[in-house]
Amino acid sequence: MRTLSVASGVAWRTLHNVFTNPSLLIPSLIFPLFFFTAFAGGLSRIDQVPGFDYPPGYTAFQFVFVLLQSAAFGGVFTGFGIARDFETGFGRRLLLAAPHRGGIVLGYAGAALVRWLVTVAVVTVVALVAGIEVAGGAVDLFGLYALGLVINLAAVLWAAGVALRLRTMQAGPVMQMPVFLILFFAPVYVPLSLLEGWIHAVATVNPITRVLEAGRSLLAGSPTEVALAFGVALALAFCLTFWAFRGLRSAEQAG
Amino acid sequence: MTEALTDQVVLLARRSVVRTARQPANVVFPLVFPLLLLAVNSSGLSVATQLPGFPTESYLAFALAVPFIQGALFATMNAGTDLARDIQTGFLNRLALTPMRNVALLAGQLGGVMTMGVVQTVVYLTVGLAVGVHFASGVLGVVVLLAFAVLVSVGFGALGALLALRTGSGEAVQGIFPVFFVFLFISSLALPRNLIEVDWFRTAATLNPVSYLLECVRSLIITGWDAEALALGFGVAAVIAVVAVTLSSMALRTRMTRS
Repeated sequence: MRTLSVASGVAWRTLHNVFTNPSLLIPSLIFPLFFFTAFAGGLSRIDQVPGFDYPPGYTAFQFVFVLLQSAAFGGVFTGFGIARDFETGFGRRLLLAAPHRGGIVLGYAGAALVRWLVTVAVVTVVALVAGIEVAGGAVDLFGLYALGLVINLAAVLWAAGVALRLRTMQAGPVMQMPVFLILFFAPVYVPLSLLEGWIHAVATVNPITRVLEAGRSLLAGSPTEVALAFGVALALAFCLTFWAFRGLRSAEQAG
Repeated sequence: MTEALTDQVVLLARRSVVRTARQPANVVFPLVFPLLLLAVNSSGLSVATQLPGFPTESYLAFALAVPFIQGALFATMNAGTDLARDIQTGFLNRLALTPMRNVALLAGQLGGVMTMGVVQTVVYLTVGLAVGVHFASGVLGVVVLLAFAVLVSVGFGALGALLALRTGSGEAVQGIFPVFFVFLFISSLALPRNLIEVDWFRTAATLNPVSYLLECVRSLIITGWDAEALALGFGVAAVIAVVAVTLSSMALRTRMTRS
């Protein structure tokens, strides 16, 4: 109960900061829209490449990537806030005041989730206005957004682990770069089967590839390897839970 | 008089270069990140060369133009942020008390950005040649590319300086970064304009000056000597440089008067 009350307090404060500060809110809303526009608009002819087979079209193909990317970066942006809290000394006061410190990590994770739900709602509306073709049913779409939710959780746990260890805003690139790489080493522009060379080898072993391809299959209404994708995403989140809580221990020891 | 001015420019340019070199993040990020994106995009989009009308069989050669412009954007933000820090810490105010001329301050700042621009160009060229990109315009084309990089650096560097002088805030300069990113992505970055299918995107890319900067570099790499692409690229870069330098000179005068 005490853990929950700490979590809700931290989440409320984080969300209040984000939603009352345009410089924090706008980038997390604008970036996914911008990537969606640039990829779906600028590269739409890619679906005419021989072997490209995704019936809902290129806009839908890119929508799934942008949805998962917004989930991951929603978590990373929340990590920036954790680093800022510890850099300014607020984090230390939080550690002193919280009776159950696990609630701190849970609170940040809850805030990241709410933040992503707002972002993905905006991205979805824009995609619908842009005429995205949705072939999947309600259950498929629920599965797609649930995948995004797990990725958001994994990303915020990763970023929290980094922020709690380094406790400085300069840790931003350390949080951001691995997430950026794991996302872009997946089949972003074309299906895995059309990738060639080293990127094909990397994408094949990249766990995010399973999540991305399952997400695209859900939107297309022909679910493929969804259980594997959820397994991979949940395993990532599970491992990163230890990473984040070990980070909390590190912050406690630093005093 | 001229000698004193030269000394002032050299001193400030040296300070700008040394300050950049002493911050690894300001050197490594503008060098490495564009190369990383080049690696990812050129591999991920290599099938685009199968589209009818694609101008080359190597997407890597097509995409090599992007780091040149992207690196310049990063350098712009760093230059603007550094100048904004000078304003915030009062360095500019102290300079205003010396016989330092305004033109020396601006030229010195741009000298640092130009040096960084040339270093970036050499690194990207070396990487491109190392991974097997054939430079269609030959050695003379490399010289032209270096000249183009200097011109682009002056224009973008002056834009960064303008933002810094108008806002006086490093955070505000960083906040403009996404706008530059939009200009980069809503252009002929990933596909030639004639292969962009969506009408509004093709129109936006045609109106976007960054498309012509990219196409100028691209022409030197994959076409050889394309007078139209070179004229448009150098013309756009020159206009950006003249407008940005003029506006930043005016902003500097206002800022120094206030100091």
